[in-house]
Amino acid sequence: MSSAEHEALLEVDGLVTRYPVPRGVVGAIARRPKETVHAVEGVSFTIGPGEMVALVGESGCGKTSTAQTVVRMVESQSGVIRFRGREITQLSARALRPLRREIQMIYQDPYESLDPRFTVRDTIEEPLIVHRIARGKEERDAKVREALVRAGLSPPELFIDRYPHELSGGQRQRVAIAASLVLDPKLLVADEPVSMLDVSVRAGILSLLDGLRKEGMGILMITHDLSTAAHFADRIAVMYLGRIVEEGPAREVVRNPQHPYTRALITVVPKRDPREQTTPQILTGETPNPVNVPRGCRFHPRCPIAEPRCSEVDPSLQRPREGTSPEHRAACIITAPGPSADEVGPGGHGMA
Amino acid sequence: MNKEPVLRTEDLHVWFDLPGGRELHAVQGVSLELRPGERMGLVGESGCGKTTAILALMGLLPSSASVAGRVYLNGEDVLAKGEETVSPHRWNDIAMVFQGAMNAFNPVKTIGAQIVEPMELHGTASGAAARAQVRELLELVGISGQRADRYPHEFSGGMRQRAAIALALACEPQVLLADEPTTALDVMVQAQILELLVRLTRDLGLAMILVTHDLPVVAQVCDRAAVMYAGEIVEMGEMTTIYHDPRHPYTRMLFAATPDLLGDEDVLSIPGAPPRLDREIVGCPFTPRCDSAFGPCPTTHPRRLEIAPGHEALCHLNDHLVAEKPA
Repeated sequence: MSSAEHEALLEVDGLVTRYPVPRGVVGAIARRPKETVHAVEGVSFTIGPGEMVALVGESGCGKTSTAQTVVRMVESQSGVIRFRGREITQLSARALRPLRREIQMIYQDPYESLDPRFTVRDTIEEPLIVHRIARGKEERDAKVREALVRAGLSPPELFIDRYPHELSGGQRQRVAIAASLVLDPKLLVADEPVSMLDVSVRAGILSLLDGLRKEGMGILMITHDLSTAAHFADRIAVMYLGRIVEEGPAREVVRNPQHPYTRALITVVPKRDPREQTTPQILTGETPNPVNVPRGCRFHPRCPIAEPRCSEVDPSLQRPREGTSPEHRAACIITAPGPSADEVGPGGHGMA
Repeated sequence: MNKEPVLRTEDLHVWFDLPGGRELHAVQGVSLELRPGERMGLVGESGCGKTTAILALMGLLPSSASVAGRVYLNGEDVLAKGEETVSPHRWNDIAMVFQGAMNAFNPVKTIGAQIVEPMELHGTASGAAARAQVRELLELVGISGQRADRYPHEFSGGMRQRAAIALALACEPQVLLADEPTTALDVMVQAQILELLVRLTRDLGLAMILVTHDLPVVAQVCDRAAVMYAGEIVEMGEMTTIYHDPRHPYTRMLFAATPDLLGDEDVLSIPGAPPRLDREIVGCPFTPRCDSAFGPCPTTHPRRLEIAPGHEALCHLNDHLVAEKPA
């Protein structure tokens, strides 16, 4: 491996995560076939220091499963996860513990993720105690205050002895972020960090994450909101039924989308300017159940440009014909022709 | 648009009794008009009074609330005698899709049976005729009529939201109030539901108030918008005017806080938080968060001024419009 590759914070290659569907005792007696949810089916991406990557998609597309697998909350069936060049896919819980400091997660709902009986200080101090950092009381206090300031809650004395119910939604999310920052992580995984917050405070939280990114933090943001991803992420990966179907620089993906699914999504995102509304290209139905993934291209049953061969060939991520960025990839044999996923894997490796 | 308004409110106020004899002034003088086929967006942050205002139109506020002002439906003052005058109109003339309605179906009754219920209760139809109407309503919202015998769990989220809209339409209302009808839905399903709402207003002449915190949704769907802050409508007008020529800093700042898919400008949060409504507010309630506050703002409540026909705002920045005119 070259030294350049070591610069990546997180490398995910061919990740597969499946969950068994409980069939119950009756199902077992009746010998009903075991069913599997194909949550993540061959996802590959990398995140460098100071880079924010957004995984975008509708509910059930596998974006949260991907995030949970990456942080080893959920076990993968296959694939490789490397953190700072070291494979962590098979590490034991014990061997993983020091890495947990470096990879921190931020959740959607700051009303749920904070313990209501803990003061702000207790919440932020707990990770320090768990990871046995900063043993002395004074050192801990200093670290808690520093984390509060970094999370935009200053002066810290205004917040440190408060309980969650005394704080607004935006302030709670900042406390949750401070509790991650206190461990000085290298990678943040943020699962819908602003979707529960009022519009007026969302930008503040996103700017905070943006500032951390500029300081060198790698950020994986999970979001259903393409507009947010377009504004704050460096790169966007669009997921559909467990696969990344399009990825590239954020502006490129939203301004020059090459996968028919991304194209449709972009037409249905409401714009702020009433004069700029495009005619929504509404796909019928809803995302199919990830238990029965369609054969060939998983999007073909809903695709407006599908051809007969789309039900046969499972596309891999390839450079689109009309792409203008060398880092742009789409998994569509019509707009980005290339070998199938069976030949080169869904991530399109094997092609130079 | 010269049709008579189907719904008109005049100086609508709602207070909630709080423990200890205090009061929370949730809605502070809302006046608006809605014509047949018109779609109006009611937008604002959580706690600004938008849901309370439309619950007042339905006469569905809890007993701890007191209401003042006028609500006219087709010219008739329906608040005049409280429940006595509201109840004949509720569901028959004005109906509501509640926030989270798609998750509020009774799980042990079929969707069809739940839509028949209001018809029988209000005497608009019963028996076979009601069941036929249910099938027709389901088809109208894009669900096969044969699915009337299915249970809620057999429907996807988007289908249940369609069914919730069919339920609100059961007694053939003229006004539909939709409270965050797409908030929990994915963008593609949201687009399907918004398209349905537009089609219903266009084809049936239904007037709609869409309550949402999501300005781009209003921009896509509504003809007009009313922006609420601290219980008041601070700006109201045509959607294009509100976007291109906002006359209240809150409207402008709310747009600036909303990321746009293809926009390049920085997304800016609005500092601070809305004021508490359980105490007297002196001056303009937006002053502490406003980037343009000046002399009169902290002390004098602004006047509601008409900027142009159909465009009004509640902000001292517009005071010169009046000063220039001879009295």
